[in-house]
Amino acid sequence: MNIAINKIQTFRDDFTYSNSPEAIARFPFPFTDDEYKYTVNMEPHQPKDGENSVYARFFDIDEHYLSEMKERSLVLAEMPKRCLVMPHMELACWDMIEKIMTSLAAQYPQHFSLTQDGDNWCWENKLLNIKDSFVFGDSSTLPKPPMEYIGRQIQGDFALLDQRDDDLFLDAGIVTCPADWSLMFDAGMSFSEWHGPVPMAPSQNIFERALKYLVAIPVGRPVRRLNWTLTVNARMDTASETYHKWGHERSEVNAENVAEKVHLRVELQVIDRMPRSNALMFSIRTYLISLADISTNPQWAQRMHRVIKTLPPALIEYKGFARYHQHVVDYLAQFDESAAGD
Amino acid sequence: MTDTFKVTVTDIQTVASSIKEFTLSPVEGQLIPFSAGSHIVVEMPTEEKTYKNAYSLLSQPDDPSHYKIAVRLQDNSRGGSVYMHTQVKVGDSLTISAPANRFAPLWQAKKHILIAGGIGITPFLSYLPEFERRGEDYELHYLYRGGQTGAYCNELSEQLGDRLFCYDSATSPRCNIENLMSQRAPGTHFYICGPEKLIEAVMTTAKQLGIAAGYIHFEEFAAPKPGNAFELELKSSGRLLNVSEEESMLEAIEKSGIEIPNLCRGGVCGQCVCRVSQGKIDHRDTFLTEQERSSGDVIMPCVSRAAGERLTLDI
Ligand code: HEM
Ligand code: FES
Repeated sequence: MNIAINKIQTFRDDFTYSNSPEAIARFPFPFTDDEYKYTVNMEPHQPKDGENSVYARFFDIDEHYLSEMKERSLVLAEMPKRCLVMPHMELACWDMIEKIMTSLAAQYPQHFSLTQDGDNWCWENKLLNIKDSFVFGDSSTLPKPPMEYIGRQIQGDFALLDQRDDDLFLDAGIVTCPADWSLMFDAGMSFSEWHGPVPMAPSQNIFERALKYLVAIPVGRPVRRLNWTLTVNARMDTASETYHKWGHERSEVNAENVAEKVHLRVELQVIDRMPRSNALMFSIRTYLISLADISTNPQWAQRMHRVIKTLPPALIEYKGFARYHQHVVDYLAQFDESAAGD
Repeated sequence: MTDTFKVTVTDIQTVASSIKEFTLSPVEGQLIPFSAGSHIVVEMPTEEKTYKNAYSLLSQPDDPSHYKIAVRLQDNSRGGSVYMHTQVKVGDSLTISAPANRFAPLWQAKKHILIAGGIGITPFLSYLPEFERRGEDYELHYLYRGGQTGAYCNELSEQLGDRLFCYDSATSPRCNIENLMSQRAPGTHFYICGPEKLIEAVMTTAKQLGIAAGYIHFEEFAAPKPGNAFELELKSSGRLLNVSEEESMLEAIEKSGIEIPNLCRGGVCGQCVCRVSQGKIDHRDTFLTEQERSSGDVIMPCVSRAAGERLTLDI
C-alpha cells in the first residue's frame, strides 16, 4: 500500500479531521457480535485482512500521520508530563526505539530509513524531515529523551510496563490521546490498580486471566486486542486532566448533529515483550470515525445499532455516553430493519 | 509457545571439573538481545526422548553475536546434562528457544544482594554488566565446592573486587546466612540461585529476621511442560488423529482441516472450548471454572491435553 498522507487536520477547535473513503474501508470495526461484553479478547498480532488493513504491519501509519503528530506536539507543549519515564525504564525506552525504528524502516521504506553500524545508528523520517545520528543506548546523543523522541514520530499512545513478581507496573508512557484516563494518575500503578475503575470485568476474573497471559508473553510473540468507546467531536485528547475542555460537549449532542458529532473511537492495542529490558510495550493506536461515515457501511451501522442499544447501563455510564446514548440508538435505528417502529 | 531457532556450538570450555561452558552462535544473522536474568530452553534429542532443559544465559545481554550457557553434569542424571557433556561437540547445531525471563532484577531496589550456590552463579553473570551500566549497589556471595563447581571465580574477583564474597566449602569458613542478611538497609533485595537447601536456608533466615517475602527472589524455572503424545478421536466427523509431543491439540485439529474458533491460543480467551465425550483431561488453561474442570466434559484444546492415551471430542 502506498498511503497518501493528508495535509494537517485538527482534532480540536474547528475539528477539520475527516476520513477518506479508503480510511473508512480499513477502519478496524470492533463488533463481532450483536451484543458486546468484556472478554479477554487477545489474539496473536499477525498480519490479517490483506495488504491494506490496519493489521498488515506491526505499526499502522495512515493518512492522519501528520495531523496526529501535530496534535501530539500541541498537547506536549501544554502538558509536558504527558510523557513520563521513571529512571529504571530507560533501557525499555531504547527497546521501544529499536522496535519502532526497525519496523518502520522495514515496512515503510518510502518514509523511514535506518542504518545501523554497531551502536552508531542513523535514522531518517522523511515525513517529518528528521535525520539524526546517535549512539544506540546513549540517551545523551538524542535531541530529546528517548521515549519522547520516538513518541513524537509515531501514531498512538505508548506505555512501558515493568514486570515484577508476576505483575505489571505502569512506569513509563507517552499518552496524549487517552480515552478518559490519566498517565500522571496511573503512573507506578499495578495492573489491577490502574484497571480499578472498570465495571463488571472484575466479577468475571477478566483481569486476573489477562494478567497471567501477559506476564508469560515471550519475545517475538506480540498479541493485540481492540477496545472502543464513543467520543463527541473528533477529539484525540480526551484525557481526564483536560475533562473541563471536553466534558461539556457531551450535552451538545442532539438529533440533528449526532451523525456528525459522535465518533466511534477504536483502540488497536498491541502488547509486545521487549528483549533487553523484559518490559512489555503496550501501544494504543486510536482510530476515530463519525457515525455518518459508519453508516456508509450498512452492515456496520446495523450491528452497531444492536450493540449500543443492548449495552448494559454500567458500561454506558463508564464509557461516558449516558447523556446521548438515546440519540445514537435513534440515529442508527434507520439502518436496522429489525428495529422498524422502535 | 516460544519461537525456536538453530544455533551452532562454536566453543566448549571446561570451567570447573563438573561444569562445561558452551558458546552458541547464530546460524545466520544475529541473536536476540536479552534482559539480565534470562534463560533459554535447549532441546536435546536423545534416543530415548527429546529433553528440554532451561539454562541461564551468562553472556553479555547486549551482545547479539553469541550466547553462553554453562551446564553442570548432574549426579546420576540420565537426562540433558549427560547429553550436553558427552554428545555435543564444537560445530554441532542445537535448537534453542527465544530468551525468556523469570528472574529479572528489581530496578527500584536500593541494593541487590546476590547469593549463588555452585552452578547457580549463571543467571547472576548477566546481572553484573547491567548493574555496572546502571551504577547499581550490589554484593555477590558465591558458595561453591572448590575444584568441582567454583567456575569463574578468578574473573569475578578481578571484576568485582570487594563486592565479591567467596565461600569455598573445601577451604574457607561456611557462609553465615544470618550475618549476611541482617542489618541491611531498607530497600535491600536478596536474590538466590542454587540448590533447594540454600533457598530454604535463606527463606528461613528471612522469616526469623522479619524480612518480607517481597524482598526475596529465587529462580523458578518454568520449563515448558512436556506434552505427551496421544490419540484424539473426533466423534462427529469420525476421525482419528495423532497429537504429537510437539503440537497442541488445536494445531493437530487444524492440520486435519477442521476449523475451531480461536483467538489467544493461550488458554485465556475461551473461544476454542470443545466438548469432551470420553477420556481424562490435563487442564492447562486459565479460562474454565473449577466446576467446569472437574465436570470433565469441556476442554480448551489450545493448551490442554489428554491425561491418558486417548481423548474423544464431540466434534
Ligand atoms: C498491559 C497493558 C494494559 C494497559 C496499560 C491498560 C490500561 C488501561 C487503562 C488505563 C484503562 C482505563 C481505566 C480507567 O477507566 O481509568 C483500561 C481499561 C480497560 N482495559 Fe486495559 N490495559 C492493559 C491491558 C489490558 C488487557 C490485556 C485487557 C484484556 C482484557 C484489558 C481490558 C480493559 C478493559 C475491558 C477496559 C475498560 C475499557 C472500556 O470499557 O472502555 N486491558 N486499560
Ligand atoms: S484459543 Fe483462547 S482459550 Fe483457546
